[in-house]
Amino acid sequence: MDFTLTEERQMLQDTLRRYLADKYTTQVRNGILESETGISAGIWTGLADLGVIGALFTEAQGGFGGAGFDITTVFEELGRAGVVEPVMDTAILGGRLIAALGNDAQQALLEEVIGGTLHLAFAHGEPTSRYDLSRVEATAVQSGDDIVLNGRKAVVANAEAAGHLIVSARESGGADDQAGISLFLVPAGTAGLTLRGYPLFSGGRAAEVTLDDVRLSASARLGAAGEAYPAIAAAVAAANVALAAEALGAMETATELTRGYLMTRQQFGRPIGSFQALQHRYSDMLIELEQARSAVINAAGHLADAPAQRDLQIAAARNLIGRVGRLVAEEAIQMHGGIAMTQEYELAHIAKRIVMTDHRFGDTDYHLERFIDLSAA
Amino acid sequence: MDLNYSPEEIAFRDEVRAFLRDDLPKELSDKVRSGAELGKADIERWHAILNARGWLAQNWPKKFGGAEWNAVQRHIFEEEAAMANAPRIVPFGLGMLAPVLQKFGSKAQQDYYLPRILNGDDWWCQGYSEPGAGSDLASLKTRAVREGDHYIVNGQKTWTTLGQHANKIFCLVRTDPTVKQQEGISFLLIDMDTPGIEVRPIILLDGTPEVNEVFFNDVKVPVENLVGEENKGWTYAKYLLTHERTNIAGVGFSQAGLDAVKRIARAEMSGGRPLIENPHFAARLAKVEIDLMAMSTTNLRIISQAAAGQAPGVESSMLKVKGTIIRQEINDLTRRAVGPYAMPFPSETLEGNNDPVGPDYAGPQSAQYFNNRKLSIFGGSNEIQRGIIAKVRMGG
Repeated sequence: MDFTLTEERQMLQDTLRRYLADKYTTQVRNGILESETGISAGIWTGLADLGVIGALFTEAQGGFGGAGFDITTVFEELGRAGVVEPVMDTAILGGRLIAALGNDAQQALLEEVIGGTLHLAFAHGEPTSRYDLSRVEATAVQSGDDIVLNGRKAVVANAEAAGHLIVSARESGGADDQAGISLFLVPAGTAGLTLRGYPLFSGGRAAEVTLDDVRLSASARLGAAGEAYPAIAAAVAAANVALAAEALGAMETATELTRGYLMTRQQFGRPIGSFQALQHRYSDMLIELEQARSAVINAAGHLADAPAQRDLQIAAARNLIGRVGRLVAEEAIQMHGGIAMTQEYELAHIAKRIVMTDHRFGDTDYHLERFIDLSAA
Repeated sequence: MDLNYSPEEIAFRDEVRAFLRDDLPKELSDKVRSGAELGKADIERWHAILNARGWLAQNWPKKFGGAEWNAVQRHIFEEEAAMANAPRIVPFGLGMLAPVLQKFGSKAQQDYYLPRILNGDDWWCQGYSEPGAGSDLASLKTRAVREGDHYIVNGQKTWTTLGQHANKIFCLVRTDPTVKQQEGISFLLIDMDTPGIEVRPIILLDGTPEVNEVFFNDVKVPVENLVGEENKGWTYAKYLLTHERTNIAGVGFSQAGLDAVKRIARAEMSGGRPLIENPHFAARLAKVEIDLMAMSTTNLRIISQAAAGQAPGVESSMLKVKGTIIRQEINDLTRRAVGPYAMPFPSETLEGNNDPVGPDYAGPQSAQYFNNRKLSIFGGSNEIQRGIIAKVRMGG
């Protein structure tokens, strides 16, 4: 039993925390939120240079980490600073799908990802698929030596910045079947690929993606035809660990800001933190925060397990984090009062980051159902 | 004990329904239903329609041109208007200042300001909160010093809702700093065009410019703009706050919100079935509906007491706390109901391409969820309300 970080991870945490405290101030971040691209190229290069992206890949893949606790170390820090840059989309989702399924030529893209020169986006969810990972209605049809893709993909994060989209499409089976789903590497600008981009509520950008007779050579397929689902589930499991850790980091900041405000804000001639009613609520936030921390550790520690055990732990973590996240975000805003409702105050963004994790890869209720199903299995 | 409206009340409700059906412009109800922001012109248009019917100043006595509705009638209108997605009546002039002027204002002030409020000539905003005086309102510092026929006002107000539309502001100012806090406050009417006033928008976390900071730098205010007596402003402010707390439960808003989330949950699919059939979602929905059914009756109990002439006491604090919890829970459910399409920034607030992303109901839900966190903060935070309840009932 050892709950301390390894020396390498401790160094990574310290370095990243210092870098973000220095470079990713509220003012800088609010500037990024207002910008056209929604992300900062300078910060992205900075993160790559620090080895933050490399830490998310194994040595065999060209990195120096890649385990669950590497993910949580990185994402907790990104969450603390409210970072909107798409590390999860490019490195966790895109990177893991290529690493799991790609041939040698496709794997070569990972070097660019780790070096910070290539963005990726995972174009999987569809307008009516909600959080169901196996619901894919976009089609991939063989046409001579080529493959032709048709369909629509919804809320594809980081689509505009991505050099390649990793697009899921069905080659066989019914709309809900796990079997029959393939992944394709679609370079930006491919004929028939249309993006309608827009900013996201909690920062960053996404796009509605239309595939209209997108013609690819068969070499664009990642892995074997119709067999991509297990790799998708594994990449999404890693993304869920990242999301949970990010929310945890953001909650740490929310509770810290609340502590500071309770101790300094004066009303009725004394700091509002001297009121026992608020002290107890602040204490509850801290108690729940430790629950969240343990849930993240559980999920990260089981990321390499067999899918059933892995997914049970992940469903548990996301359900708990969803509940605690809402409590922490809402209580932090409430105890601050009006100031927390203003865009320029740090907590506003942090609260949005916490709450909006609920809308990626399943909300609290979805993960509760997953947990029930997986427990019964 | 009779849970039903009287025949007269039912007739009144039918009259209100007919009015909303015939006179509420579809452009306005569409905007409200979709959660889009209402502009100044939208609100002025709705006020004018109500005024033409004699229903704008619902709580004013008839002698001032009001409808003089009792609490039950006001409740019926509020409920029906919310269900019909009518715009909210902006209360600053009509519901807050006017009762103060009617009770404490001079004849000249009543004659001049009340018709202007009814006719929409003036848009009032509220100058109460300050950066250092939120829940502890009586600690306000904005200073007014008498110099001949004028007060010279210096200081800052904040959270001034829709101040960007206003040409007038009613303010609590400190006229005597030497006495107990509550005894040195006066109530002033100030023209926003007076030199020395600056309004700066505060952008809220959902991106909307709903509230403002108002700065006063040597602003000259004629002494005739003092309401009532100097240093009695706190009494008037408290009187105003009791009016702010009518419809505090927001039952109509919650019912409209519940209708909306059900409509969305029937359209959204989860696991190949409508979301509304999902047992976990259905259970959450049912719980909040059960809470709302009970609160609706609590609200009516208090309203019928008020209609019988009993002044509501801590009950209005109870309604504020429970009512805002229910509204916020409905906002949370609605945000969740739209799934991944809660993530896009609402397109109608962006320039350029305004087509909704995803289903047209999805766009505003995250913004609405975050924006309505204000409900438990403003108008006396829920912590302040709980303090009032305990203090009154424990005799502290």
